[in-house]
Amino acid sequence: MIPIIVLIPAALFCLYRALQGPSIADRAIAVDMMGVVFSAITALVALQYRLSYLLDISIALAVISFIGALALAKYLEGRSLDD
Amino acid sequence: MISALALISLWLGVIFVLLGALGLARFPDIYNRMQAATKCVTLGVCGIMLGVFLKTGFSALGIKALICALFILVTVPVSSHALARGSLIAGVKLWKGTVKDKFTEDRGGKSIIEEEK
Repeated sequence: MIPIIVLIPAALFCLYRALQGPSIADRAIAVDMMGVVFSAITALVALQYRLSYLLDISIALAVISFIGALALAKYLEGRSLDD
Repeated sequence: MISALALISLWLGVIFVLLGALGLARFPDIYNRMQAATKCVTLGVCGIMLGVFLKTGFSALGIKALICALFILVTVPVSSHALARGSLIAGVKLWKGTVKDKFTEDRGGKSIIEEEK
């Protein structure tokens, strides 16, 4: 239980940067990292209660943050999504 | 023995993730933040997943944790590289204490180091 509580400030730091960040790339990287930290928290909850299906959610969160970061990077480079 | 290894790996991962997120909140410009966040969070989350795998062994939980660790190990560097390149091309300024800016030197453009105020 204690590792989950220690990880919550990490997600809050990412949230602070996502709200505060001066450029759009700051927000993009902060949201990407927040997805990865949430996938770690989900894995720890799955370990705590021995629920193996929660790790499917963890993998899905990692996939979604990866695809979102790639789409935002393409937008920042000034290209369209089907380029 | 295995249980102690699992605890060590899990706690190392948690500390790495916490310090990486602290760097993301505190460093001065986006490239520094990106370095702190992506490196530490990748290693930390992989440590946490390895700890889950060592604690549960070859069960459904452990195998899924191993797959998730491999996926994160491959994809987070790719996405951070793409975001760093995108923000350089979009013209996000470097911090004013930056010493060297090889990217614009090679391209022969105007430097993107932030001006001293």
